[in-house]
Amino acid sequence: MSTLAHVFEAAGIATVVLASTRSVAERMGPPRALYCEFPLGRPLGKPADAAFQHEVLSRAFALLDAPAGPVLDDHPVVIEADEVPMTCSLPPRFDPNLHPAVDEANGLRKAYDRTRQRRGITGVGRSIDADGVADALRILADIADGANWKGAGIPGKNTTALCHDIRTYYEEAAIELVDGPPPAGRAIEAWYFEETEAGRLVLAARQAIKDQEAPFPVWFYMVPGHR
Amino acid sequence: MSGDANMRSVGDSLPVPEFETTAWVTPPPLSDATVAIVTSAALHRESDEGFTNVDTEYRLLPADARDLVLGHWSPNFDRTGVAIDLNVVYPIDRLEELAARGEIGAVAPRHASFAGNQPDDVATIRLDSGPRAAADLKADGVDVVLLTPV
Repeated sequence: MSTLAHVFEAAGIATVVLASTRSVAERMGPPRALYCEFPLGRPLGKPADAAFQHEVLSRAFALLDAPAGPVLDDHPVVIEADEVPMTCSLPPRFDPNLHPAVDEANGLRKAYDRTRQRRGITGVGRSIDADGVADALRILADIADGANWKGAGIPGKNTTALCHDIRTYYEEAAIELVDGPPPAGRAIEAWYFEETEAGRLVLAARQAIKDQEAPFPVWFYMVPGHR
Repeated sequence: MSGDANMRSVGDSLPVPEFETTAWVTPPPLSDATVAIVTSAALHRESDEGFTNVDTEYRLLPADARDLVLGHWSPNFDRTGVAIDLNVVYPIDRLEELAARGEIGAVAPRHASFAGNQPDDVATIRLDSGPRAAADLKADGVDVVLLTPV
């Protein structure tokens, strides 16, 4: 972002960056930056809170009044990401003949479909669509059980895309299943990796692929780095 | 260490490109300015081509588009906020409200989206795709750009 601020300003357009990492903004010195210590992925801080978002914009645009720069200001509110799994009920076991993750994913399908219908779009689709989630989980279960990842049938051998699609399927379903204010940053991520069969399976498959000495990018980007 | 603290600590030690000078533009009063958003969330219309994991190009987003999905490849940040409310990454409705109140002059007709996962030297967006995107927005009469990361 700071690189693009330099580029756009040099092209004659005034810029304001909502910076997410203060040390990077300090070292790169974009013309104007407002450091916002908000959950990564939420640069305006709070989803579904127009008043808060306007307050952030107001502080950012106020930097345009500075007579000279670089200017780096701090938003006074800090919003910590919450890594406590959100409370979200999971479907009960339905078909004991299926792998638990596959059974679980099937049970979440209606919630996923409701979210997709309401939003009109979905983030699932980099390597599979929603119909492919069950097969994808079966592939990961085979790998976790010892199958070689290269021959397991991962579409395009792209583990990052596959895991993105499975996780997004779950996250979009979860959005539909919780009431009240939007879950905190990373609360749904924590729920997925710590409380769902699919999240635990992805972690196990990742470890298996790593143990097979697959190249670093093949396994590392399957889940967030701190997991 | 939490996920965000981990990523910010990675940022602390990340090599960054150096800029010998910092350009400075004095914009018109905000109430007269045309404002655009430039995001590194790799947002793209669902029906358009997505971003690859080494994508140094950009997509132009029409101001009325809301069918936007997040195409960023990193698993290391929250994705649920933008699924709940696009404006938490791309505050297009907030800009429309500011324009309706006369607090900004106008919302730009097109906005720009890059992928934040760039090669470390960021040479292409610095020397090629970035300047082209700036020229596109400049041609639309954009005075001010708000840059939003993920």
